[in-house]
Amino acid sequence: MAFFIETMLGGLMTGMLYSLVALGFVLIFKASGVFNFAQGAMVLVAALAMARFSEWSNAALGGDSLFLANVIGIIGAGAVMFLVAWAVERFVLRKLVNQEGATLLMVTLGIAYVLEGLGQTFFGSEIYSIDVGMPKDPVIMFEGLFEGGVLINKEDFIAAALAAVLVAGLTVFFQKTAIGRALRAVADDHQAAQSVGIPLNKTWVIVWCVAGLVALVAGIIWGSKMGVQFSLVTVALRALPVVILGGLTSVPGAIVGGLIIGVGEKLSEVYLGPFVGGGIEIWFAYVMALIVLLFRPQGLFGEKIINRV
Amino acid sequence: MDMTDMNSAAATSPAGRRQGEVILDLQNISLRFGGVKALTDISFNIREHEVRAIIGPNGAGKSSMLNVINGVYHPQEGRIFFRGEERKKMEPHMAALQGIARTFQNIALFKGMSVLDNIMTGRNLKMKCNLFQQALWLGPALREEIAHREKVEEIVDFLEIQHIRKTPVGALPYGLQKRVDLGRALAMEPQILLLDEPMAGMNVEEKQDMCRFILDISDQFGTTIVLIEHDMGVVMDISDRVVVLDYGKKIGDGTPDEVRNNQDVINAYLGSGH
Ligand SMILES: Nc1ncnc2c1ncn2[C@@H]1O[C@H](COP(=O)(O)OP(=O)(O)OP(=O)(O)O)[C@@H](O)[C@H]1O
Ligand SMILES: [Mg+2]
Repeated sequence: MAFFIETMLGGLMTGMLYSLVALGFVLIFKASGVFNFAQGAMVLVAALAMARFSEWSNAALGGDSLFLANVIGIIGAGAVMFLVAWAVERFVLRKLVNQEGATLLMVTLGIAYVLEGLGQTFFGSEIYSIDVGMPKDPVIMFEGLFEGGVLINKEDFIAAALAAVLVAGLTVFFQKTAIGRALRAVADDHQAAQSVGIPLNKTWVIVWCVAGLVALVAGIIWGSKMGVQFSLVTVALRALPVVILGGLTSVPGAIVGGLIIGVGEKLSEVYLGPFVGGGIEIWFAYVMALIVLLFRPQGLFGEKIINRV
Repeated sequence: MDMTDMNSAAATSPAGRRQGEVILDLQNISLRFGGVKALTDISFNIREHEVRAIIGPNGAGKSSMLNVINGVYHPQEGRIFFRGEERKKMEPHMAALQGIARTFQNIALFKGMSVLDNIMTGRNLKMKCNLFQQALWLGPALREEIAHREKVEEIVDFLEIQHIRKTPVGALPYGLQKRVDLGRALAMEPQILLLDEPMAGMNVEEKQDMCRFILDISDQFGTTIVLIEHDMGVVMDISDRVVVLDYGKKIGDGTPDEVRNNQDVINAYLGSGH
């Protein structure tokens, strides 16, 4: 039992990170109708910027204050993500308003390549590390409940808590503030939103900034865990089946979908893995998403797809 | 009958409304979509405080005209003067900034949001707190939200939709959605209110309510109203001046009585079976 709970919790914690990245996809899709393939590249660039800025400032500070160096790193990386958001709106979205979804999808593929290229040109293409003081040692919890307790990885736990706070914060921001309301308005109807004076351009910049923030947090968490390297791009794409499962237009879908996939992955790896051979983690999420698609093409929480005749 | 007479000194309209200066002047507007001429060389003006109707058969170009005023479409030719100043090419959100609000022929509400939230979006331009104040829920942002919320409640009362305040608009019947659409535009406290067929698809009772609201808006707030409407009875009743379009051309312009007796107008309407 304790082992099962342990696996579940591990899954939930990874799942929370998937939820976070999936939220980035959903926000952009809702507000600008773009399926943002560049989300992975954004994670990479954010992590690269974070790693390098803090490394440089740490050197400049003479290695005295890792904390200050990290703060500078976060500010620098935040500025880079803002720049990315601004440039994407200015040079891409603005020119392509009302284009087909497929066109925009291809464009984000282009953005992804540009970001990956530029990011590595500016910040280098080796493996860098991010050290924000994440504890690496596991702890035993719930000893009173189960015999032997449950082994939990502290780093995963903190990461999941961070992701959960961010997801909750963003949800409140979208539901309870005037700007959040304006963003939801744009997501619902461009034309009407403009008619009440909500400028699309500014809205898109804000939404891409939010996606940049999500990428930054994901980049820091994953970067400190596995090092900042090119494969971060693919990690973010693991959130892809999450949005398919949860529905592209649904914020709760992104959250629940992330948790389902996180848990499903871990449980299947542990309990099915031995029978079908390892590596099940990699494709299991896609199979789950596919099964959902067969029965609910709009995803678990997505709006029903109605074809206009 | 020479319509330029209408541009001379301010007067009192047949409907008894005080008419002010020309607030919006459209000169020689032409708009094409590829080969389709939606509007051809159309000139007319709108005076402060009046109810200005735009009528014409289906496809005449009425909505296109509204979209030009609102900045959705940019005419290939023509000039637009707002309070005597020539207006540059502008986007809808800039028109909103100038005090132009609108409703839509095919309701364009934010379907997932409640009635209150929909109307609150109309206050967007009046909200001054920045992203950080809002994100951090600082005092000024909260106070601002409350102040605007009060204004929105006034509008809700005015339009008699208290009972559906918290309902998602997607779940409302058509007639009420039209009312929310009006409420959202009203929340902008506009100088000019553009209404694209606000009564289309309504039953008699709903139409009477909507008429009353429009007249009340005009009386109480002095808002200039541009109204597209197919129901001739309504148009003749509540408007001060009427522009008639047909196939993208202007075929009449004047008081309801003048327009009613205009031979071109009669022909257009008889010809198209209205
Ligand atoms: N975005 C557009 N693209 C192409 N053609 C358009 C567009 N908008 C309007 N038109 C065309 O312009 C002409 C005028 O249309 P408009 O919608 O202005 O008419 P209307 O008078 O509002 O008609 P209705 O009473 O049916 O609402 C029509 O021929 C229409 O097909
Ligand atoms: Mg129309």
